[in-house]
Amino acid sequence: MEKIPILRMGSLLLVTIQVDLYDRLAENLEADLVQTINKTGAKGVLIDISAVSIIDSFMGRIIGNIATMSKILDAETVVVGMQPAVAITLVELGLPLKGVLSALNVEKGIELLTRKIADDKEPEDADDGDSE
Amino acid sequence: MKNEAIKVLQKKKKTILETWMKFQLADEGLREDLMSNEDLRVQSEELLNTFVDNLKDESIDDPKNSDFEPVVDILTGISISRAKQGYSPRETGTFVFSLKDALLNVLQTEIKDPQELYMQSLKISKIIDSFGVSTFETFIKGREEVILRQTDEITEISTPVIRVWDGILALPIIGTLDSSRTQVVMESLLQEIVESGSSIAILDISGVPAVDSLVAQHLIKTVSATRLMGAECIISGIRPEIAQTVVHLGIDLSHVTTKASLASALKTAFALLQLQVVKKQKVAAISEN
Repeated sequence: MEKIPILRMGSLLLVTIQVDLYDRLAENLEADLVQTINKTGAKGVLIDISAVSIIDSFMGRIIGNIATMSKILDAETVVVGMQPAVAITLVELGLPLKGVLSALNVEKGIELLTRKIADDKEPEDADDGDSE
Repeated sequence: MKNEAIKVLQKKKKTILETWMKFQLADEGLREDLMSNEDLRVQSEELLNTFVDNLKDESIDDPKNSDFEPVVDILTGISISRAKQGYSPRETGTFVFSLKDALLNVLQTEIKDPQELYMQSLKISKIIDSFGVSTFETFIKGREEVILRQTDEITEISTPVIRVWDGILALPIIGTLDSSRTQVVMESLLQEIVESGSSIAILDISGVPAVDSLVAQHLIKTVSATRLMGAECIISGIRPEIAQTVVHLGIDLSHVTTKASLASALKTAFALLQLQVVKKQKVAAISEN
């Protein structure tokens, strides 16, 4: 059975979707990803959909679910490389993917995530500084 | 036996052409600026030859006869090209109807029997009238093509995506936003975001005359789509009247960054990209101190 690889890059996970996602595959990805976040303690997830030309409402929901689940597990989700046509379709479907961050390409996505993670850490560091 | 009128017309082709040209040149609607007299003569001669050659016993009674197809083809070409050149409908009409005058003129001098003359004139009139109608049809079609092309051009021209800075795009929208235009705006903006790798897009709506709930919805859609692509969208150029309408209509723009002018939108964009605009002299002064 086909499987979408989840690559680990430091504290980030990179998922590159290069095939057309059918429903079963998407559900498996969701389960796999949540498991991996739990196992690795990743702080961020990058989903690269630059090769995806069609997204339906189900896929939109799966991505939204992944984002919410990751958030609960303390990891931010960034969708990178969305095609213009896909963006228009999602907006027309009324699925603006609330709670999901977007970036133009993987590079910008990594930048965004590192900044986010750093921002999350800073207040804690500041607290530590105060208490000492 | 050949119809008498056909015989006359075929024999007197030269005279008809001369008379026709005389009528055309005498007409005040003559457009020497658009077509030289020689070209007009060539055009007229071609049409007349085709017409007279295809005039047969069976076709003279029936303006819709298939024998006239080559004539109609030539007329179609002439009227479409005239529509594109900017001839008025009257000038195009006169071109065809002055042929009728010429033909009838010749018939009058050649056919002596009043009854026969009347019958033949009527037939010729009918045929030319039908030519006139098809000329107008194609003329209007030609005009419509021009209008369609212009509409396309306007849509193209009216949605330019400008790279104002590295990573900042601006899109001034001029004119009313309807769904088809929003589609064009959205597509060209998103395409440009991908091509230039920009992370900020400024939608300037100072040229939009009115914002109703539909236009606002289109704007929000465009903003959502840019966000999905991973870019930030700022709406600028909101006039006070538009702010009033938006609030009165109860449209929620709170999750969209809005700025009054393109300048302040650009400032915000610079801030987001952590860029700073500094005056040159001041820097010099500070470094001197």
